[in-house]
Amino acid sequence: MYPSGKYSSRGPALIPRMKTKHRIYYITLFSVVLLGLIATGMFQFWPHSIESTADWALDKRSVHDAPLVRLPVSSPIPERGDLSCRMHTCFDVYRCGYNPKNRIKVYIYPLQRFVDELGVPISSTGLSREYNDLLSAVSDSDFYTDDVTRACLFIPSIDVLNQNSLRIRETAQALAMLPRWDKGMNHVLFNMLPGGPPDYNTALDVPRDRALLAGGGFSTWTYRQGYDVSIPVYSPLSADVELPERQPGPRRYFILSSQMAIHREYRAELERLKEENGEALLLLDKCSNLSQGAAPARKRCYKGQVYDYPQILQESSFCVVLRGARLGQAALSDVLQAGCVPVILADSYILPFSEVLDWKRASVVIPEEKLSEMYTILKSIPHRQVEEMQRQAHWFWEAYFSSMKAIGLTTLQIINDRIYPYAARTYEQWNNPPVVKWSSVNSPLFLPLIPPRAPGFTAVVLTYDRVESLFRVITEISKVPSLAKLLVVWNNQNKSPPEGEKKFKCPECTAIDGLSLDQTHMVERSECINKFASVFGTMPLKVVEHRADPVLYKDDFPEKLKSFPNIGSL
Amino acid sequence: MQAKKRYLILLSAGACLLLLFHLGGVQLPAASRSRHDRSRHPDTEEYNLHISPRQKRDVNAGVYKGKRCRMDSCFDFSLCHRNGFKVYVYPQQKGDKISESYQNILSTIEGSRFYTSDPGQACLFVLSLDTLDRDQLSPQYVHNLKTKVQNLPLWNDGRNHLIFNLYSGTWPDYTEDLGFDIGQAMLAKASISTENFRPGFDVSIPLFSKEHPRTGGERGYLKYNSIPPFRKYMLVFKGKRYLTGIGSDTRNALYHVHNAEDVVLLTTCKHGKDWQKHKDARCDKDNAEYDKYDYKEMLHNSTFCLVPRGRRLGSFRFLEALQAACVPVMLSNGWELPFSEIIDWNTAAVIGDERLLLQIPTTVRSIHQDKILSLRQQTQFLWEAYFSSVEKIVLTTLEIIQDRVLEHGSRSSLMWNSHPGGLFALPQYSGYLGDFPFYYATLGIKPHPKFTAVIHAVSPLVSQSQPILKLLAAVAKSQYCAQIIVLWNCDKPLPAKHRWPATSVPVIVIEGENKVMSSRFLPYETIVTDAVLSLDEDTVLSTTEVDFAFTVWQSFPERIVGYPARSHFWDSNKERWGYTSKWTNDYSMVLTGAAIYHRYYHYLYSNYLPTSLKSMVDQLANCEDILMNFLVSAVTKLPPIKVTQKKQYKETMMGQSSRASRWADPDHFAQRQTCMNKFASWFGGMPLVHSQMRLDPVLFKDQVSILRKKYRDIERL
Repeated sequence: MYPSGKYSSRGPALIPRMKTKHRIYYITLFSVVLLGLIATGMFQFWPHSIESTADWALDKRSVHDAPLVRLPVSSPIPERGDLSCRMHTCFDVYRCGYNPKNRIKVYIYPLQRFVDELGVPISSTGLSREYNDLLSAVSDSDFYTDDVTRACLFIPSIDVLNQNSLRIRETAQALAMLPRWDKGMNHVLFNMLPGGPPDYNTALDVPRDRALLAGGGFSTWTYRQGYDVSIPVYSPLSADVELPERQPGPRRYFILSSQMAIHREYRAELERLKEENGEALLLLDKCSNLSQGAAPARKRCYKGQVYDYPQILQESSFCVVLRGARLGQAALSDVLQAGCVPVILADSYILPFSEVLDWKRASVVIPEEKLSEMYTILKSIPHRQVEEMQRQAHWFWEAYFSSMKAIGLTTLQIINDRIYPYAARTYEQWNNPPVVKWSSVNSPLFLPLIPPRAPGFTAVVLTYDRVESLFRVITEISKVPSLAKLLVVWNNQNKSPPEGEKKFKCPECTAIDGLSLDQTHMVERSECINKFASVFGTMPLKVVEHRADPVLYKDDFPEKLKSFPNIGSL
Repeated sequence: MQAKKRYLILLSAGACLLLLFHLGGVQLPAASRSRHDRSRHPDTEEYNLHISPRQKRDVNAGVYKGKRCRMDSCFDFSLCHRNGFKVYVYPQQKGDKISESYQNILSTIEGSRFYTSDPGQACLFVLSLDTLDRDQLSPQYVHNLKTKVQNLPLWNDGRNHLIFNLYSGTWPDYTEDLGFDIGQAMLAKASISTENFRPGFDVSIPLFSKEHPRTGGERGYLKYNSIPPFRKYMLVFKGKRYLTGIGSDTRNALYHVHNAEDVVLLTTCKHGKDWQKHKDARCDKDNAEYDKYDYKEMLHNSTFCLVPRGRRLGSFRFLEALQAACVPVMLSNGWELPFSEIIDWNTAAVIGDERLLLQIPTTVRSIHQDKILSLRQQTQFLWEAYFSSVEKIVLTTLEIIQDRVLEHGSRSSLMWNSHPGGLFALPQYSGYLGDFPFYYATLGIKPHPKFTAVIHAVSPLVSQSQPILKLLAAVAKSQYCAQIIVLWNCDKPLPAKHRWPATSVPVIVIEGENKVMSSRFLPYETIVTDAVLSLDEDTVLSTTEVDFAFTVWQSFPERIVGYPARSHFWDSNKERWGYTSKWTNDYSMVLTGAAIYHRYYHYLYSNYLPTSLKSMVDQLANCEDILMNFLVSAVTKLPPIKVTQKKQYKETMMGQSSRASRWADPDHFAQRQTCMNKFASWFGGMPLVHSQMRLDPVLFKDQVSILRKKYRDIERL
């Protein structure tokens, strides 16, 4: 008796046919399956062992040699993750300790292949190239330690970048089996594509105890501020495509939308905007009839016209980055790479590295509800601001988005800054592109103070051997009421300073025989200026045409009533 | 047999599936690319089939309430988009007792530009019920708040409400519960913990005392920078020690770090009714040591000040250290620091970890001198920008919320964390930092190399020898002049176009709105340059003077650069501020009848100052220049700059020649005295700063040939 009820509607029709030719059928089927398995096995592992470049232990061993770990069904599962976790409650700071370099030590677990009791791997992809790149970058960095006892932060070699390829329960069990797991304390997991259909949770669904999550699609409700790190979704185009450098400035299109997975309601909204504003908007979608061989990820279409992606992004001032099922979008990376200002419409999204990056200077965030007002909002932004944003956007990509290495090390630096906050990188260090770092002036005395006269000033007099003139200077200057101290630097090795004075010698100084305004002197000084400017890399001196005088200087006014009557009268 | 078949069919079906799955995964050579494509496509389909985003937003709004409130789920933005960011304060009911501090908060809001008395216009609602002290044991505690709040007709489950609180919970556990249901209301709360803080929704405010001034407030104590920046003590603390209960651990361990030399950490057990009962072995020794040192002396003579948690996370000590330029060393794990949403505390404080108390001395000693110098200056900036008065604390809170509401026009972190701070840098003016006078150096850029002249015309154009025409010609000849705007504030109709002289730069005539004095400071869109040369119609200026003043302004774009100067002084007989136009050795104002300043100050004058002051100026048709000087000095904390003026200029300046001039009016001078005092009271102090310096051209009056001088006309009579 066939339990036909258990099968799908196609079941009963299929089975009688098998009954007759089952022997041959089974043999061919199994051989196909076997071949298929071998082939896929080759494809799975082959590329990784030849792709890798870094000479990290992980590559040398390759995935084949990684020891196989079988997870018992009853193996413990970590807790789901505590939303109230913060550095002071869920992170063991004693493991980081005091260290003069103010740098955390990061340990990477050796690679293992986890399988369940039936031998099925916990992940359909194993170790992805992206995660491999990230681990290699960490191991090559100053953060890395191979001494597990000295480590402050632990990175599992279990790849959880893409939740789609994971078996949730088994992955969690594998994490709990890590020798130093200890309730996930001081462990960091990197995930870029969290959640799955139909709800698409905004954080990784793998139960993970107290582990920190470096996640690529956090919403304000899943992000534990000051604990998790919001990271970008890496775009493979970052490595595959090199875009020509473009200076900030006006572009052919004003707004460009190039994402393919846009909800139909939003697409309808964008089309309405396009109708109203015409050519300023370019609204691209996936191409329906591409010729064979063209990579669909690299083409976009509008009414049959084909555009190269991501090159087309460079032709627009603003580029729309709308949420998809997930909040984090790889398109953000492409847009930044092209130096296009992202217009981010993803309510409640925690922007990548928002703990340190000032996104207000590099992007426009608009509530989803206001999509229809996007054009008006963007039009109100001054040109010079758009240009600054274009520059900032490209800089963010270059420094923090462009590779898995950049993403990984930025994440570690952020965690490092929390543990050693007094040595944290500054706002300027994080946000200023090199061109601004070079040209900006940040005075160490930045507080606008008008100092009181009370503490006075210290006079420093440099002298060689003209004692008479020195005494004259001292006599004159000591009359000044606000003089607090007088310091004479005796710049002569051959003679001792006159008695009664404090001795100051400047052994490095060479004797100059009387300063004069002769030609060689001027030439020397010009040479100095050129030398200094070349060492500074720029000419820091500024020319002004003004001079400070007392308010009543040379005014037709009784001298007696002037505070500084003697100035200007030689 | 059948069982075997069944098994085989199952197996083969499974194998087929597995095979398909695997093959699907390796269609493209690059593993990574295929992974991304695969993840993209199912998303597309799923996402489009799934509920609409609008529904999804509504679902979120329904789910995330209470402790999970965020702006997206608990705040109605539509109320703000209609009328802008307006704040309504409930009318006070008879019999409600309100503490002085809360009264200060309410009157600040009522006096601010955000205030509306019409709840229909409001975006944000503030209770008139005093919620500051929710410690049941406190005399200030308001009873039956629960019922009172629920009965408010506009309460609407607290939506768009802001609740201020300084103290919550009571002995022994000091929970953060307010003792009534706040619904969807936002909290502006002191001592809030990261656990209870709803990011982007609540605002953490500093704990302040009853004595904290309502407006103005004392300036920071740092008067000059000392280098090297070390003070007598490295690290100090003086405070209570709790023998039992919450928060006692850290303070009880402080003695381990105390060295009685440069690290002086003192605690006392002597507080509360029955301290003797709980007294431990260290108490007597600690108490004796405690009495040896003076708190104020230590505060002002220490490089770092320890700010450990008390019973609650925040303490008064935090603000005290900040004002005293003693860099706070925070030891209060889990405290969401005041205004953490906008202030980068790493630039002004050392965030320590209670668990690492014993490392604190090593840590602070490892901080480089340069960093100490910078931390110390930043304490002063932050103190004066956001903390020195109740008004500043409240306005900062409101501005933070406004930034969230107007998200695409909000301040960047740089605007909040650098001079002059977020309260003076209004993002509605421009989102571009280079449009403000404050950030040129930081961005490594320069102001626009030209200026726009704005001539304030009040008398009709009758003759071709009128001063205004001479002025027009002289200004237009300046190589830096981009355009001239004539603001026609005269009752007579506009003169015909041909009456104006032909100039090389465009002359735009604008008819003044209402013909009031303040209209000369309106942020006209026609002003496209960063610099404005503001002029009275009877001002006498030569092209050389204008050229020189403009080159000076380029070096000081945040200040007013002008010619005739005036001064203020404290009249101790009358106990009020005095105004003088006498020639003195110093000055604190330059007249805006002839001055160059950044166009941002037009925006600030029109949008930052209260209507009360602007209408006073309009009614008197006087004092607009004094008010502008007050404003700019309040922003910059610096005096204006006086530049060289020609000799003959002083006699004719400010129109003694023109009989119609308002300067001839005898009341004029008396009015200006009154203005000074009225303005000072609104600013909460005297913002003007004296200067003894005048900027002259480099070779001015030097004994060299006049031909070598670039600005030689200034010296000629």
